[in-house]
Amino acid sequence: MVTMSAQRNKIHPHKYSLWIAMGSITMMFVAFTSAYVVKRAQANWTAFELPHIFWLSTALILASSLTIQLSLKQFKDRNIARYKQLLTLTAILGLGFAVCQYIGFTQMYDRNLPLNGPVSASFIYVILGMHILHVLGGIVALAVIFAKAYSTTIKSYNPVPLEVAATYWHFVDALWIYLLIFLTLAR
Amino acid sequence: MSNEATLHSQHEGVHGAMTHDHHDGHGHDHHHEDSFISKYIFSLDHKMIAKQYLLTGIIWAIIGALFSVLFRLQLGYPDATFPWLESILGHWAKGGRISPEAYYALVTMHGTILVFFVLTAGLTGTFSNFLIPLQVGARDMASPFMNMLSYWFFFLASMVMMSSLFVQTGPASGGWTSYPPLSALGDASIGSKIGMDLWLISMALFIVSSLLGSLNYISTILNMRTKGMSMTKMPLSIWSFFFTAVLGVLSFPVLLSGAILLLFDRHAGTSFYLSDLFVAGKALPNEGGSAILYQHLFWFLGHPEVYIIILPAMGMVSEILAVNSRKPIFGYLAMVGSMFAIVILAFLVWAHHMFVTGLNPFLGSVFVLLTLLIAVPSAIKVFNWLTTIWKGNIRFTPAALFSIGFVSTFISGGLTGIWLGNSSIDIHLHDTYFVIAHFHIVMGVSAFFGMFAGIYHWFPKMFGRYMNNTIAYIHFYVTLVGAYLIFWPMHYEGMAGMPRRYYDYSTWESFKQFAELNHFISSVVIIVFFAQLLFVVNYFYSMYKGRKVTELNPWGATTLEWSTPINPGHGNWPGEIPEVHRWPYDYSKDGVDFIPQTTPVGAHESKH
Ligand code: HEM
Ligand SMILES: [Cu+2]
Repeated sequence: MVTMSAQRNKIHPHKYSLWIAMGSITMMFVAFTSAYVVKRAQANWTAFELPHIFWLSTALILASSLTIQLSLKQFKDRNIARYKQLLTLTAILGLGFAVCQYIGFTQMYDRNLPLNGPVSASFIYVILGMHILHVLGGIVALAVIFAKAYSTTIKSYNPVPLEVAATYWHFVDALWIYLLIFLTLAR
Repeated sequence: MSNEATLHSQHEGVHGAMTHDHHDGHGHDHHHEDSFISKYIFSLDHKMIAKQYLLTGIIWAIIGALFSVLFRLQLGYPDATFPWLESILGHWAKGGRISPEAYYALVTMHGTILVFFVLTAGLTGTFSNFLIPLQVGARDMASPFMNMLSYWFFFLASMVMMSSLFVQTGPASGGWTSYPPLSALGDASIGSKIGMDLWLISMALFIVSSLLGSLNYISTILNMRTKGMSMTKMPLSIWSFFFTAVLGVLSFPVLLSGAILLLFDRHAGTSFYLSDLFVAGKALPNEGGSAILYQHLFWFLGHPEVYIIILPAMGMVSEILAVNSRKPIFGYLAMVGSMFAIVILAFLVWAHHMFVTGLNPFLGSVFVLLTLLIAVPSAIKVFNWLTTIWKGNIRFTPAALFSIGFVSTFISGGLTGIWLGNSSIDIHLHDTYFVIAHFHIVMGVSAFFGMFAGIYHWFPKMFGRYMNNTIAYIHFYVTLVGAYLIFWPMHYEGMAGMPRRYYDYSTWESFKQFAELNHFISSVVIIVFFAQLLFVVNYFYSMYKGRKVTELNPWGATTLEWSTPINPGHGNWPGEIPEVHRWPYDYSKDGVDFIPQTTPVGAHESKH
């Protein structure tokens, strides 16, 4: 959707919308974590250690933030081949993150912490599950940009879609770091 | 209509990227109008989307109001039977008397429909869409496509909610707040079964719609203002839409979180909200949850939600009162500042709905303080409205009357809020008819008055025709008097301790005394309901047969929407977007009746 360029825009409206949407998503996770805090202060709280594989997922998602940034740089330098490689790598790292999270879930399940087990475990599944959905949303966005990069008919050097995707990607990365720190400290 | 077409072609150059080719091919034949209307089903034009919201809102309002008439029949005439009820409701009204299950379903759906589908989507969706681009001087929303999506998500949400009315076990019945365990356990009541799932799905779609809409409103207001339209030159209506959108973007996601946890409790065996429960004599395995947790999440949205409903009405009323008193709004910056204060405070008072949940009394007193603080910005606004019309040269148009009515009901209902905001009084009044009276007057009636005012005022801009004044006056007086007759007595019932949401008060010794009063209230409800149908008739009749608008600026207003052609096309202005030179409230200045925002400031003009 291209908006009317006749208007004088300081920031591209899509970037603006993204920032507001990120505020909105943040509120959703603030709600989850506040619910967690309220619940934790009540009786019957089972504390347990997070699966160690979450550290691996952390490494993967941090690396993917780096690759998407480099990919953006290559795009701006019109280095299209490198840009495509890095973009693919980012998506693969993102998928790797989701897989690691999933393995973490199965490990929790094996430790007798199923979804319908103690509330503390249920929270992990729901909160992290929602986060994975947001990462997958980012991967879909990358896939769309990627498909456009390969279509030969349109040659576009407009960096806005990629910039928007990169900002969102960093956001879900930061969201994960927040969740990891929160869940480690408030066990 | 051909006018429309020429406007389009002139605009192709300006916003070619968002032209209308993609409307073709969608054959929506059930609209037996000409192809013009069928082209506008999947419209990207903010004005058309606004009208779609309004139409959907009107349909919902009729349904929601009808539901209240039905349950008021039960409350007002508990011993009577109405055989025709059985013919429309079937086994929900065996023998012509609404069953308890049907009663709870009707009350729940009435609240859900009116709060979310009419006064949130119908009101904000209509006027934010219609007025933001027109009043800030933009050709359309920041993203017309997302704007269209927002409407269609609302439409989907509406369809899902509507379908829940027809499932065998009926719609959700646990109240518009959907507290667990009623909402979490399918076996808790028949309204807790599939009807509750549909409610949750519908609300999730609704939240997506609201977020898409709000995103657009905010980025349009911040990014797409025409030259010269600094933030402080914006009409107060735009400020109110802006604050409403901010509230929505920050509070609806919290409700979504609460609803997601509820879904897991319903279907995945988790125990976020459930503990120590017995259903039909059997103990449930759920352990360790807390129903109060849901209330926190719900009211963290729920309280901002009531301001989401009232802020747009406040903004439009400010605008309409200034135009029709031919006076600048009193205290423009104080109006903006008080709206800002309301937005901040709206996030800090949610626990005043929870004083009797075992809330720590110290914490309770903090929430009392913060709640009572809201009275300050509210009082500032009331003061400013009154001083705006004070000694004004008031034109009592229907829009002006409804705006004045708004101020009246906002005062009456706001004052009872201060009673309820004191936890010690609220412990007695909580969950009684006093609360019903409070929020219907301050939110229900006031927001409806704001909406009616907006419709009567901007109808000429929407359809190029006027609404019928005589019918409008009847509509206003019946509604104003009727609203007070309905809700005022409820304060007394509430003070006597009469609880809300009961099916039949005649079986209670303490509340038998109110039989006559309930009878009276229900009778007035029926009259007022028919007065609203009068409005609906007026609306649709005037759309096609109303007196035609012949001048560009019929109300003599300063704002930009009146500088567009009488029937503006997509893109709003045929030529350049006008530049803005002054604030929107230069009425009766230096002996001039009004000076449009587009007029440059003269050399010898006085300051406002
Ligand atoms: C002076 C400002 C206000 C104060 C101090 C105030 C205070 C309160 C309090 C303490 C309650 C809880 C009563 C109870 O359940 O026991 C309440 C309920 C309510 N208020 Fe207000 N209020 C104010 C203005 C408003 C406004 C402006 C609106 C809407 C536009 C509103 C809408 C509602 C609604 C919808 C409820 C009831 C929700 C329910 O339980 O179903 N109030 N108010
Ligand atoms: Cu409240």
